[in-house]
Amino acid sequence: MYRYDEFDRKFLEERLVQYRDQVRRRLAGQLSEDEFRSLRLMNGLYLQLHAYMLRISIPYGTLSSAKLRGLAAVARRWDKGYGHFTTRQNIQFNWIRLEDTPDILAHLAAVELHGIQTSGNSFRNITTDPFAGVADDEIEDPRPYCEIVRQWSALHPEFSFLPRKFKIAINAAGEDRAAIKIHDLGLRLRRDESGEVGFAVMVGGGLGRTPILAQTVREFVPRRELLAYITACLRVYNQYGRRDNLFKSRIKILVQALGIEKYREEVEAEYAAMGAERAALALPDETVAAMQAQFAPPAYRDAVNDDAELARATAAEPEFARWIEYNTRAHKRPGYAIVVISLKPPGRPTGDCSAGQMETIADLADALSFGEVRVTHDQNLVLPHVRKSALYDLWLRLGAADLATPNIGLASDIIACPGLDYCSLATARSIPIAQALSQHLAKREETIGPLQIKISGCINACGHHHVGHIGILGLEKNGAESYQITVGGSDNAQAALGGIVGPAVAAHEVTGTVDRLIDTYLRLRQDGEQFPDTYRRVGLAPFKEALYVAR
Amino acid sequence: MNDRVLKLVTGNRLRDGAVVYFAGVGTWTRRIDDARLVEDADGAALLAEAQAGPPPHPAVGPVLIEAVRESDRILPVTLRERIRAFGPTVTYRSH
Repeated sequence: MYRYDEFDRKFLEERLVQYRDQVRRRLAGQLSEDEFRSLRLMNGLYLQLHAYMLRISIPYGTLSSAKLRGLAAVARRWDKGYGHFTTRQNIQFNWIRLEDTPDILAHLAAVELHGIQTSGNSFRNITTDPFAGVADDEIEDPRPYCEIVRQWSALHPEFSFLPRKFKIAINAAGEDRAAIKIHDLGLRLRRDESGEVGFAVMVGGGLGRTPILAQTVREFVPRRELLAYITACLRVYNQYGRRDNLFKSRIKILVQALGIEKYREEVEAEYAAMGAERAALALPDETVAAMQAQFAPPAYRDAVNDDAELARATAAEPEFARWIEYNTRAHKRPGYAIVVISLKPPGRPTGDCSAGQMETIADLADALSFGEVRVTHDQNLVLPHVRKSALYDLWLRLGAADLATPNIGLASDIIACPGLDYCSLATARSIPIAQALSQHLAKREETIGPLQIKISGCINACGHHHVGHIGILGLEKNGAESYQITVGGSDNAQAALGGIVGPAVAAHEVTGTVDRLIDTYLRLRQDGEQFPDTYRRVGLAPFKEALYVAR
Repeated sequence: MNDRVLKLVTGNRLRDGAVVYFAGVGTWTRRIDDARLVEDADGAALLAEAQAGPPPHPAVGPVLIEAVRESDRILPVTLRERIRAFGPTVTYRSH
């Protein structure tokens, strides 16, 4: 993976010295909260309901075992023994003390982690396919491009005062596991007719109170031109994006207001006018190759009769077979598999991982995955390079740490934000809803098949409810929690926003309502259809009717 | 039961973000039962008193919230403030 160079290390060192002094002055009363707030946010430190919350950037969801142990140490030493993986492949710690943060950040800097640009009106974490570099449907590894774009976006002087936060995602596979259509800027790596590598550039996606899917600005930007072109895209946003109204400041609002044709016109005009700057921003093949070398595949071994061994083990143990079916994915290298570690045992807060579990996973990564771990935007973890012959051993060891629930992609693999139990923005709780649902649905989730339930505790949609097959939005009505339910959302290449199925329901009605929606799907589905397929065929009406009749 | 809606001041402790309540006389407490509770009309004055004092102010973002007295306990009116007072409603299994 990308290793810090001297510049990166020096920069972090200097930032730490500055920050330590800022905290000292804040605690001594020399800085007011108003003065300090933007300074702490520049390092990812929020103030939530019960404590400070620290969000640490995990660039494009890639971790080494050393980094994961560093995070475990933070959880153990300075938090309540756990961390929470987020829908942007980052990690959050919920119980942080301001006075500890300089030491925490110093500790993390030693493993090349930080909280910079995880908050504020800046570029945020660049996210990608958690199976980057190993998926069998990949065109190329997106990670070198993620790192190139990350470096371009880090403390970019021209874009240090964007109208609002800016989220970028990159996908390089047939399937979209990076949800690029719900990002401010989505880049889809592709080849043109001559086989040249480039990117489809999509702009203006986002969720929140006004969910909108990204639109294509240009079908193909040659790789060499990528940074120049996205500079043009950002320049138009930086110029015309609204700074007068917080709720109209994202690029999706600008694209909607201008229309995609006008926005594209502006971008192309800017791009054409860039002249010599285009050459300065060009990505020659040597630059890309040098970055790709930082992400070279590990020293894979040749597969030796692993499939037969695996077949024997799955035949002998149905539980293992279940875990293989749901929690592993095909690897581009024969003899290897991708393993998804479920952080969704029914009843557990989604995406939470204890310090002990992190340390176990780091050890397993070292033993069985070349020291690499990934974070998914579904709040799970991945071991990207596991020999098939090691899968049984891995399953046993994950199981001992409560990390082997065979539910990836199934109904109990729920995305839920921290919600009103933690977050100062929340209007309702999401974790207890997720816990109740996952425990209830786990019994029949194999019958149901793949199903994505996503829960947000407020309109800001951090739980991505708009793009859940079943989405749940927690609101407040007359002092009580009230849940609005949608169906038919999707965050992949066929991205779609869910439709509201009926009036909002009380917390104790959510499970029953979701049950009826699932029953409707099961009743109507045809061969091979997953939830979004059935929804596209039958529409919203049958789902609304099912709830209306029940009332 | 006395269910008159009263007011108290809450904030987050500066050094660690912990939920705290203004107990009067320049002191802040972690225990909501020790919070200074006043009539609605006296809320603004209580807030001003809570905000007074030289920096560093021990509590960040002090605000008035509604609460009721229930025998010897004080209960916030809103769910959000109950969660702040009594902790997340989530159960954990540690590993």
